[in-house]
Amino acid sequence: MTRNGIPALIFHVLVMVFMLAPLVIVCLVAFTPENTLSIPLTSFSLRWFAEVFRHADFMQSFWNSLVLAFLAATISVGLAVPVGLALTRFEFRGRAFLNGLFLSPLIVPHLVLGVAMLQLFSLIGATGSFWWLVGSHVVVVTPYALRLILAALVGSDPSIEHAAQSLGASDFTVFRRVTLPLMLPGLSGGWLLSFINSFDELTMSVFVTAPSTVTLPVRMYMYATESIDPMMASVSALVIAVTAAAMLLLDRIYGLDRVLVGQR
Amino acid sequence: MSVPASMSSPKGLPYAMSGPAFLLFATLLLVPLVLTALLSFSNFDHHVGVKGGLTLQHYVAVVSDDFYHEIFLRTLRLSGLTTLICIAVGAPEAYFLSRMSPRWRAICLLIVLAPLLISVVVRAFGWSMLLGREGLINQLLELTGIGRQRLLYTEAAVIVGLVHIMMPFMIIPVWTSLQKLDRSTEQAALSLGASPFTVFRRIIVPQVLPGILSGSLIVFGLSASAFAIPGLLGGRRIKTVATLIYDEYLHELNWPLGAAIAIILLVANLLIMLGYNRLMERRYRRALG
Repeated sequence: MTRNGIPALIFHVLVMVFMLAPLVIVCLVAFTPENTLSIPLTSFSLRWFAEVFRHADFMQSFWNSLVLAFLAATISVGLAVPVGLALTRFEFRGRAFLNGLFLSPLIVPHLVLGVAMLQLFSLIGATGSFWWLVGSHVVVVTPYALRLILAALVGSDPSIEHAAQSLGASDFTVFRRVTLPLMLPGLSGGWLLSFINSFDELTMSVFVTAPSTVTLPVRMYMYATESIDPMMASVSALVIAVTAAAMLLLDRIYGLDRVLVGQR
Repeated sequence: MSVPASMSSPKGLPYAMSGPAFLLFATLLLVPLVLTALLSFSNFDHHVGVKGGLTLQHYVAVVSDDFYHEIFLRTLRLSGLTTLICIAVGAPEAYFLSRMSPRWRAICLLIVLAPLLISVVVRAFGWSMLLGREGLINQLLELTGIGRQRLLYTEAAVIVGLVHIMMPFMIIPVWTSLQKLDRSTEQAALSLGASPFTVFRRIIVPQVLPGILSGSLIVFGLSASAFAIPGLLGGRRIKTVATLIYDEYLHELNWPLGAAIAIILLVANLLIMLGYNRLMERRYRRALG
């Protein structure tokens, strides 16, 4: 094993500091007792967290985002499981097209998706509808769910399914007792990754949310462009906490390195 | 792809299984994109709004007006510089990571990559606190005697934010290509008398080049369409293509013009991705042939 020299280590430490700095500062300032964005050195306070929980708009957006991410992740996994099975277990016309279509939201800028959906929603009078918002999020997060499910299905040996079939198991039994357990890590990992991505989605949501359906990232964006106070830091710290919890679960279930490094 | 005998019998089954997802994607992806493309060719009047008819005026406006040239050039400049910095920092960082002991590597990889999953707004807000007038960096500058600088709402601030967001997208592909690297070639070159620099230049760089290239295209594409970072760190003065589209849609209410710019952005992005795929195919063909 070759070792890094001192200059390499210094470089590496600087990169680490750069990557962590904005997150650390947010979490520190969240605990300030002051009225300004200052790093608390002597005393810590939870007053700005209390402020967040008293702020009706932020709370409403927080619940919106949580429910939205839960629904979007669940529906996208529900759609991606049959799609994944169809794409990996069958040879049919249009397979490549469908595969490309379902992964395409990854290469279409979210901004473009946002304006496109805004136009559709205003045409059919769906602006402000929560369910259409859920639909738009499902489109954006389905590729993440599908990719992990596809990886799980491609990685599992179809001969196990053949064996079960030749021993007299029905199609449904094969699915329930063999295929499903085999793809369970990909399925739950895909759900969590979809949840995180929906919970964090800003750029598309800016266009397709209405005052009653504003999600947390959009609310934060609007708030940050107008005023900056320590409450914003506390909300950010809460968002980091929710994301970190989901990441921890994802790591346990699927392996964070596999999700991140295998992502592209 | 193997096909289990009993599952392949009903011919429509795979279509039925993809049906619900296809319906959703057709309604919420294909139809809206077609609508937007059509909208970009529609007439617009500031008093009446969108009028019918076919026109190229919005595209002509974007191509001929200096106001838009400046914004497009700025977006190209910001994305280009972001890409270069990501290469200069991300590629060596991925290399150093690959030479660490497994335990440290796991922790450091997590630190570098996990921000990928944390909301862009949170990270942009963190940078606006660091770069603000009373921010930590200005306080340090004052201590060192340089004095306070205007850091926030500059192009530099946007680049710093973009580099932070994009770094994982550079490190991941370089890291992946480093994983495929055969360590024994390095050892062989060293034992044959090559200097470490020669080894780096002649053996490591050529092998990670595809990783750097694929990272660059992803970083460039995402930077060019990034919205939150220029919006929060660039302020109103530093307009980019993304914030321009936002303004046209939500402030100017000139949707057809916004749609035209969005279509240009989309096509540019797809061309980059397509070019990337071509490039990769050619490489593989050469490697195989």
